[in-house]
Amino acid sequence: MNMPPASEWLINSSPHVRANDSVSRIMGRVLIALIPALGAAVWFFGWNALRLTLACTVTCVLAEWASRTLMKRDRGINDLSAAVTGVLLALNLPPQLPTWMAVLGSLVAIVIAKQLYGGIGYNLFNPALIGRTFLLVSFPVAMTTWMAPSVFPWADAITTATPLGIWKTALNATQHAPPDFFQQFSVSDLLTGNRPGCLGETCSLGLLLGAAYLLITRCITWHIPFSMLFTIALGATILYKMDPTQNLPPHYQLLTGGVLLGAFFMATDMVTTPVTRPGMILFGIGCGLITLVIRKWGGYPEGVSFSILIMNSLTPLINRLARSRVFGHAPQSKPA
Amino acid sequence: MDAVLIQTIIIGLTGLLCGAILAIAAHFLSVYEDPRIEKVTALLPGINCGGCGYTGCSDYAKAIVTQSVPINSCKPGGAETVLSLATALSVQAVATERQVALVLCNGDDTYAVRTATYNGIADCLAAEFVSGSGKGCRYGCMGLGSCSRVCPVQAIRIEQGLAIVDPALCIACGKCVTACPRTLIKLIPESRSIHVLCRSQDRGPDVKKVCSVGCIACTICVKTCNGQGITMEGQLAVVDYSVPLDVDAVVEKCPAHTIHKRSGLKPGNPA
Amino acid sequence: MNIISALFSNSGGIHPDDAKKTTAALPSVVAPIPPLLAVSLAQHLGAPSKTLVKKGDTVLRGQPIADSAGFVSARVHAPTSGKIVSVGLRMTASGRTAPVIEIESDGQDQPFTTEPPAGDWTTLPPRELIERIHQAGIIGMGGAGFPTQVKLSPPPGKTIQTLILNGAECEPFLTADHRLMVEQAEAIIAGIRVLQHIFKDARVRIAVEDNKPDALAALAQAADILTGDVQMVRLRTAYPQGAEKQLIYSITGREVPSGGLPMDVQTLVENVATVQAIGDAVIRGFPLIERVLTVTGPAITQPRNIRARIGTPFSDLIAFCGGPRGPIGRLICGGPLMGIAQSGLAGAVTKTTSGLLVLPPEREAPFSSMPCISCGRCVDACPIRLLPCTLSETSEAEQDTAAEDLKVMDCIECGCCAYVCPARRPLVQHMRRAKARVQILRKQREAQKKKQPV
Repeated sequence: MNMPPASEWLINSSPHVRANDSVSRIMGRVLIALIPALGAAVWFFGWNALRLTLACTVTCVLAEWASRTLMKRDRGINDLSAAVTGVLLALNLPPQLPTWMAVLGSLVAIVIAKQLYGGIGYNLFNPALIGRTFLLVSFPVAMTTWMAPSVFPWADAITTATPLGIWKTALNATQHAPPDFFQQFSVSDLLTGNRPGCLGETCSLGLLLGAAYLLITRCITWHIPFSMLFTIALGATILYKMDPTQNLPPHYQLLTGGVLLGAFFMATDMVTTPVTRPGMILFGIGCGLITLVIRKWGGYPEGVSFSILIMNSLTPLINRLARSRVFGHAPQSKPA
Repeated sequence: MDAVLIQTIIIGLTGLLCGAILAIAAHFLSVYEDPRIEKVTALLPGINCGGCGYTGCSDYAKAIVTQSVPINSCKPGGAETVLSLATALSVQAVATERQVALVLCNGDDTYAVRTATYNGIADCLAAEFVSGSGKGCRYGCMGLGSCSRVCPVQAIRIEQGLAIVDPALCIACGKCVTACPRTLIKLIPESRSIHVLCRSQDRGPDVKKVCSVGCIACTICVKTCNGQGITMEGQLAVVDYSVPLDVDAVVEKCPAHTIHKRSGLKPGNPA
Repeated sequence: MNIISALFSNSGGIHPDDAKKTTAALPSVVAPIPPLLAVSLAQHLGAPSKTLVKKGDTVLRGQPIADSAGFVSARVHAPTSGKIVSVGLRMTASGRTAPVIEIESDGQDQPFTTEPPAGDWTTLPPRELIERIHQAGIIGMGGAGFPTQVKLSPPPGKTIQTLILNGAECEPFLTADHRLMVEQAEAIIAGIRVLQHIFKDARVRIAVEDNKPDALAALAQAADILTGDVQMVRLRTAYPQGAEKQLIYSITGREVPSGGLPMDVQTLVENVATVQAIGDAVIRGFPLIERVLTVTGPAITQPRNIRARIGTPFSDLIAFCGGPRGPIGRLICGGPLMGIAQSGLAGAVTKTTSGLLVLPPEREAPFSSMPCISCGRCVDACPIRLLPCTLSETSEAEQDTAAEDLKVMDCIECGCCAYVCPARRPLVQHMRRAKARVQILRKQREAQKKKQPV
């Protein structure tokens, strides 16, 4: 009998079979899911979309590789998480942002928000959102200068404001909703992405398509996005019913700003969100509430990024509180 | 000018008030501590290894002062510490000989067989659940470094799948002794130099299958020293460190090269 | 007998490819008696049996060669006739060393006794039936190897109201129980009759996963002779459906309390193979010296269901199945989710060996040291509702008190968490390590408590 030497056999703890999935595969699927939104960004914002996406992704991957080499971490960059951070950061930037700012934001995202915390798995905050928030507080003008969408524009187009920005400015200045707001931004524009805003947040249909792909491939579960969207929808409905002249109707709240991009792609980042199902729902509700509060009463017109970052910081606490009853234990069992 | 003045006064007063509160609190809330505890703590090495059985040096100092426990439990401090403690507390104490940790296995990857490739947590306790990481010998060092990770002074290194203690660095805190799931590490008096580097309870032929330097229970060493200093415990020759043993012949006659002469202060080199 | 569906559904669990098609339809074949058998004395849970023979003795098939060494222990019998060639510590299939008796077969296979037990067993009191089971060396053949006589003798105050027959066989690849249920349905039902005599008022539930309709049908037909409250239960195919606690929950809706036994919820679970062995022992006087097991996997030439003698070396089984097909990467004793990786061919069939899985080398090692990405898949998969991700991190940081508070001691090591982990973390090994460390911690606490009054 031809028996190979046993010293080449592998011994490991059970189990000996594994589901055919890996971190790089999950990250790869997230990248695939972002293609429709990215396509819409290129369609409406042209060269700028390609320029920023390329700048962020290349910087993130290089920064990841460099930090890991410098910190002597053995793991390579092939888990694709840096690429995901890069693309997500790019999709969260206004189209006309200078390239060097995008590079700076990417460096902050990877080096400070991720590798200094210990690399993948150890970061407390979503790196892409840290990068974006860093840019927002450092370069407030550049980060709030928006470009009007047109079909694959090669040259820089006219600058304008986002729907939420227009809404907030008008309310602050005149105490009234801006006239012609609903003519200026029709629901179909919000769905296709034909509106000013961050590169990736405008095309709601593209984002929903990507989200469906993530849900079908089980890269994300429904808990966080749906509880977040539901909270926003419910809160917006209540506000709208109370005073329709001062508040946006619920579908506008959901389709404007970064709600969809945030709910499906940023608030579902595995590392920085809770692990239990009840925790995920709490997380989503928190994100929704904080978003609404910032939009309604805060200084910024948009609050998705901040809401997710605030909830990120609460994730360890939620993980401690929202636990299921262990099999065979009484409901109120306390540790002995 | 007025505004500046008022602010200065307000901040100054606030500072004074806080200082006053702290001073009062320090006076009324202070806990009396025996001044000797601080003195004793200062005499201890301060590396907080826990080898004495207390959580850190100050805890041991407290126990010495309040419960009058023996003052010779500090292994890193050795004789000097015992002496200074005895003088400071004016008590009598016998200093024990400095001890060092020794790994009772010499089966590195050159001598000992590994029957399979281990894929799992690099931790000896965890590997015990996976056929002992594939080490053919069920008693020998797996070389996954659980001992070296708990060592507070980095005195243990892993070479070719075997843990080796540097006696010069060892402070005999005993952490590695409890960390080893195969209880291979023993604290021995520093001056002793002849050791049986094996813990295998298998019969000779079974030992030979998995390790070329394991004890095969031939009992030649016991005969050579007339049972004075080395005794058989089952299938294993064991050095009795309470009996002086200085017979180089046992080292030379050991057919499996299990018995080694290894001076306490120099890291040994495998034969 | 009508078949009902299980009423309760467990949380967590996974749905791996069951890979049973290869062997599910293959009738079990009798393996030849090997020239040398290695019988472990630590096949069961509890104290290793103490040997009754010494080197050079001749033994006959079914002759006791080792006796129980305590309350929780079991007898061991010679699987065939021959000469004892060695008694000593050996590596066994469990991955640990244990006392092993090696028997050189004389090729005669002469029986120790030929007469069936005298008298009508149905008139015997339960105590004597249990004694016969003890004499036959029967232990739980599903995997845990708990001595059956202990399980059948609940302490005073504990009653058994539900008797569950475990034919779930939820481990992928394995079809040994499946073939046994199809081929030996009558023998299994006979075993149930014995159990019904021991626990007179208990209701009987025969549980089989719905991926084995032929086994369900065969048992349902044979079970028609049974009287009393007997029902066939169809279980949803999922892993770990056949784990004792999960099975009890599926059928009764009751959770075995943490640290407790099935008898704490008035339930007794027996594997189908064990029940068949009980019937053979009590009615026909056969000791437990053989079992059905599946030799399968992508790296074996001819996968088979085999009826093999206890002590048959794995090398003989692999040879009987045509040898390996290509290089072997891993050899697993048991199923792919809870089986034990073999570090060599030293192992031999024990009473709990349900299969031998021969896997080819893989491009990627099964486990990596990548950090947890907190995806929460292990949390969803854990049938005990633990937090394997958090526990693996407390294990890495050696925070044993935290692990204890997170109920690591309730882990059943089913492997669901590590199966789904995309970071390929060795979660089960972390659990085992954490459990061992918590046990050390508890011992230290006990010692501390004993010290304190002084």
